[in-house]
Amino acid sequence: MTTVFASAFGDAIDYIFHQRESVAGTVQIGGLGEIGHFVATHLELSFAALAVAMLVSIPIGLVLGHLGKAQFLAISVSNVGRAVPAIALIAFFIAFFGVGFSNVCLALILLGIPPILTNTYVGVRGVNRTALDSARAMGMSDWQIIRGVELPLAMPTIWTGVRISLVSIVATATIAPYASVNTLGLPIINEQIYGDPGRLGACIVIALLTLGLDGLFVLLERVVIPRGVRVARRSSRSDRSVFRRPSILARSPETT
Amino acid sequence: MIALTGLITVFAQNGLQQETFNADKCPGNNGICVGWILDHFGNYTTPLMQHIVLSVVPLMAGFVIATALAIFAHRLRFLQGPLLVFVTILFTIPSIAAFLILIPLIGFGTTTAFVALTAYTLVLIYRNVISGLGGVPRSTVEAAQGMGLSDNQILWRVELPLALPTILAGVRIAASSTVGIAGFAFFAGAGGLGRSINESFSFRGNVVAAGLLMVLLAAVLELIVLAIQRVLTPWERATR
Repeated sequence: MTTVFASAFGDAIDYIFHQRESVAGTVQIGGLGEIGHFVATHLELSFAALAVAMLVSIPIGLVLGHLGKAQFLAISVSNVGRAVPAIALIAFFIAFFGVGFSNVCLALILLGIPPILTNTYVGVRGVNRTALDSARAMGMSDWQIIRGVELPLAMPTIWTGVRISLVSIVATATIAPYASVNTLGLPIINEQIYGDPGRLGACIVIALLTLGLDGLFVLLERVVIPRGVRVARRSSRSDRSVFRRPSILARSPETT
Repeated sequence: MIALTGLITVFAQNGLQQETFNADKCPGNNGICVGWILDHFGNYTTPLMQHIVLSVVPLMAGFVIATALAIFAHRLRFLQGPLLVFVTILFTIPSIAAFLILIPLIGFGTTTAFVALTAYTLVLIYRNVISGLGGVPRSTVEAAQGMGLSDNQILWRVELPLALPTILAGVRIAASSTVGIAGFAFFAGAGGLGRSINESFSFRGNVVAAGLLMVLLAAVLELIVLAIQRVLTPWERATR
């Protein structure tokens, strides 16, 4: 048991670091160069999708949240999004729009929008009413309130939504090779060329990449969440130790 | 004679298999056609059954494990944070990677899928159990203590029933998310509707049939959990 385990993982790690012949012996596979290419494509695809998803859903969420309209839409979009399986979404896009970078990117954008949109809406609605009244009393316009009060105060919740989207986009980008985009999923899907070591090696890299990116986005909180909001959050939540840091899924448990 | 019949049977089966995903059979060439889906619905019953098992078993196991962990952490408060971080990290690992990494450890098959899928339900249920138990009013617990209930009695008769709506909301989220993740369980050799999709990614009828079945399954499971919640918490209806 342990020897099987050790040899399987040893071989997989060897695949990551050293070039070798494919299963049929026709091409050279593996090694840091090839893995690097896969990682680059994987990141390019994931970040393109995440960026567009953020650009689409944050403004919509801010405006809807500010107006207090379309609550049903903003909340249920994530319920519906959760019910649509990632594999079905990707397959649907391949079957109806064909293969290629932009098609699979579009599918990933659709996958990434619901968590960010819902969290933006919930975050804006959760902004302290007193703070909003003060802002109005100071003569701020609607635009100034969105930009200067609601966005910064909702940022912790929005950022949690961004992290949920990031994780699901990076995970789903694994099956992009079905649409001829050679991400880290290629060794997993082409097992007749890459064999078990290639599959396992790619899996290890994907797992580390996702955990690393999520960790990076946790650190980025310090950049995107204004210092004042962080301080206020810490002092107001000191009595509930578990939830001092937003959990990965910030949808408030009671409502969803 | 018997050999001949056998040969014909094998031949017929081969023919059937080739016909199964033949897009040309569909009028209008690779459209979604209800007729094709209805004719070949038999192809989807086994994957659907597998998918139901792949969703329900991990959901039940995850419910038991996550609730036990949360009750444990409810007693020993200092464990709440570390346990949350642990189950959150489990949730962050991409499912395809988890399925394939577990194969050398557990083996190729349904058990591997069960283990990974159970791990993914933990954070969703654990989080809600903790917040449900934490949301029980302090005064209610004190009243129970005043009536002379022991800690165990308070947990089972007061805290858990009052936390039930929040707990089951977590189970509902976990239900649809498990159906989605089980779509990748074919990588672990567990079949399911994901394998049906994987067999022909570009044939629209197949993708729509299998995809819709997954969406339907997620919706039905959510409704079942909702029904369980209504049955188990009659007082919720009375107060509304």
